[in-house]
Amino acid sequence: MDRLAAEDMVMFVNAATTSTGQREFHSQAAEQRASLEFLHEYVAGNYRDLYAAVLALDINDLNAALIVRRLLSTSAEATPEQRALEGRLIARRLAAMPPQRVYDLFRDLRRAGVNNRRTRAIIRDWVAGRPDQAFDAVKYRQGLKRALRHAHLTPSRVAPALHDELGTFLFRTATRARFRSPLLESWRRAHYEQAAIYALPYTVAEGFAAKHGVDRSVFLARIKPNLTRLESLRLRESAGTDADLATMPLTRLATYVLSLPFADRAERRAELTAALRSSALRTAGRNAGQWGRVAAVLDDSFSSYGSGVKRRRPLAVAVAGHYLLEALAADYIPLWTSGATDPLMAQPRGTTPLGHRILDALSHEPDRLLIVSDGWDNSPPGLAGEVLRVWRTRLDPDRRVSATHLNPVYDAGDYDVKRLTPEVPSMGVRNAEDLPALVEFARFTEGRTGFADLSAHFTDRVTRFLETS
Amino acid sequence: MSTVDLTGLTALPAQVWGAVRLVPLVRDRPIPGLRLHARLYGDDPSLVVLPDNTAYTAYIPHGFVATWSDSPAATYGTHLTPPDPTSTIRLRFHRRMARREERNRLRFLPLHLAVEGYLALHFNGPNVLWDEWSQRAIRRGLSPRAEQAYAGAQVEGLADALKIFEIHPDQCGVALYVADALAAAFVVPHPDDYRALHSTLLLDMYGELVHHYALLSAPVPAFSARLNDTHVRSLADLRAAATRQSTDWAAFHATTMTAGLLDATYDIRRVYRAGPFTLSRFLPGFRPKEENHIGELITDQRGRTAYLKTFRLSESQIRRGHLLNTLATHDWHLPTAAESLGTTPAAFGLRLDKAGFGHLLNDHVLASYRSRSRRPTP
Repeated sequence: MDRLAAEDMVMFVNAATTSTGQREFHSQAAEQRASLEFLHEYVAGNYRDLYAAVLALDINDLNAALIVRRLLSTSAEATPEQRALEGRLIARRLAAMPPQRVYDLFRDLRRAGVNNRRTRAIIRDWVAGRPDQAFDAVKYRQGLKRALRHAHLTPSRVAPALHDELGTFLFRTATRARFRSPLLESWRRAHYEQAAIYALPYTVAEGFAAKHGVDRSVFLARIKPNLTRLESLRLRESAGTDADLATMPLTRLATYVLSLPFADRAERRAELTAALRSSALRTAGRNAGQWGRVAAVLDDSFSSYGSGVKRRRPLAVAVAGHYLLEALAADYIPLWTSGATDPLMAQPRGTTPLGHRILDALSHEPDRLLIVSDGWDNSPPGLAGEVLRVWRTRLDPDRRVSATHLNPVYDAGDYDVKRLTPEVPSMGVRNAEDLPALVEFARFTEGRTGFADLSAHFTDRVTRFLETS
Repeated sequence: MSTVDLTGLTALPAQVWGAVRLVPLVRDRPIPGLRLHARLYGDDPSLVVLPDNTAYTAYIPHGFVATWSDSPAATYGTHLTPPDPTSTIRLRFHRRMARREERNRLRFLPLHLAVEGYLALHFNGPNVLWDEWSQRAIRRGLSPRAEQAYAGAQVEGLADALKIFEIHPDQCGVALYVADALAAAFVVPHPDDYRALHSTLLLDMYGELVHHYALLSAPVPAFSARLNDTHVRSLADLRAAATRQSTDWAAFHATTMTAGLLDATYDIRRVYRAGPFTLSRFLPGFRPKEENHIGELITDQRGRTAYLKTFRLSESQIRRGHLLNTLATHDWHLPTAAESLGTTPAAFGLRLDKAGFGHLLNDHVLASYRSRSRRPTP
């Protein structure tokens, strides 16, 4: 029973890390959604404590929102102690999530008719805890308005700093009175004054710019200071923003690099490589150079293209993983499935001879073996699993070499990421930045540690998660 | 009579999706001097005017253009073609199945070339005016002769299988299996051509058998690797065992999976000679209850297969070919043909009728055959 529970939880963590409910290379969005829906229902019904505790792990925002939604809509099933802990976990998680995601969650709660006292309190606390409510009111106007309405909140109470202006701004749009808050006032003036739009957030200003017919290049040049970090990365090519690549998150940076044409990548090789390396070094932190001899098998087969909505995501994780491992390892051997040697020029192409690459990797006698692949080993199918099995049972029974498979793709049919072999742990990975934590967690998936260990690990993570608030 | 030869092409491990198994065929070196690219014709029904004043009507969504030269050649990334004028004409006319467009460029209609060869089999009808044959058979032969096929898009799961298929960098062909029956073999001279033409497999036609197999079959299992670990002492042993998997598979594929295509003998007829290359089409021996493929191929002067495309005949199509062949070898004399199959003329006549050739027989002859079959044998 315990073992089953441990396996279920590992499976759920993998799913919650990888699946974004979007189309993947091998499955449609609807399949992913249906599969995820079932898994959430199953885990929430059987292991409510652990289900809530997963909020403390590095799962993706979609799944965090799904968990919060399910916990709030099934409040009646929880004991008072459970509710207290869940409440703290939810509050902590929502604080860490991007606000647009939280507003989407509130919208979903509203649509589902979830309006219990706990939900209202959580919405109230979250809105009150926002650093700048005027900013939210302008940028997420509809979201905030609906959240306030749904939770029966008095605007002046959740935003005392705005001197009763929030209610007027959101609900009494007919009044054209001046606002004392500068951002709200800019928004009011932006309706008829071009200069005022440059004080607004980019997404809002864009609408006003279109309304006033402002030339796009002029608009982009003047709105530059207001761009967020990711907006400036996204607009780097079209608007020529000077986003500092080295400060970007590693996987995000890898996605950006892969989105560039080959000619640009070749031309800016030094700049891009330096940015990737420094980002990787920052991510590695104190662990840099501590991992000994590392061999990595990285999948750049055609299936690493992902899908039209997750373009080159699996490949980006592999590229980011490459630079991170380079920083972590003292001695690093990268092996791409296509046989390519230049990660900057990576492209999703060709078959997946994973088994042969793993053999190549093992022949370098590494201390650690990492495999970043979607697990669709096809040349020949199943060879990777067989090689790892025979190697574990015959050549390395003492487990001198630690081997981990990191899989960025959720397999909707299996309710888990696709595994290579039971001998080697397979972990779901969303961002390459989580790689060190995942390698630590991998020991739970090998089936040699019991439920007690896993439970202790969860408790530990929950404690740390709540402490950091 | 000769065989189809796939020397120089090695099978790599298959990729499976549902009932469809795709086996990549790779060449060590591409065949120099010949390049293929696709030309799309849209969804209008097409009419091909043939040199013998007959017409071939079919759904022809695409054609191939072969360009040859004496030196190795590269095709351009894109081929500019004049835009289609907006017209209300629903028919698209082609002249000939294979037609030279320029000094070294040939346009041909893939598979239709082969299917037309099959439809034209003994198309002229009886060459001796035996009593049994109807006036219509004598005057007009088998015309109009029709067969049905399914477009690739209608074959269940084929579109998905082609979409997620991972093309090998050296891949010059593919063997397509549906429920582990060889549905089509497709070979091109150069890997870049294959990459460009991979998706045209969806525009090709497939027989009723392939369509039904795809619809009704359960997913086929992948041939997963199995390593015997009893003799593995070192990494070198493990590598040897892994390499053996690939060579075993290639041998198994060549000797077992494609046996139905490669072991049979074909009646190969030349259609066009393009410099050092020969475009031919071939017909099988029409052996009932066996695999029978029709197809077309381009060979170079050394006999290497530069291009190959096959169509698997359905059982009823094989039967029709078999009956026509039997009649033709016996000069369309019904009693001797029947005797050669070990049956009576009446039973043979009824078999012809069932196969869709009833209109070739005189009405009264057919009626007497029918009444004879109803009468209890003494």
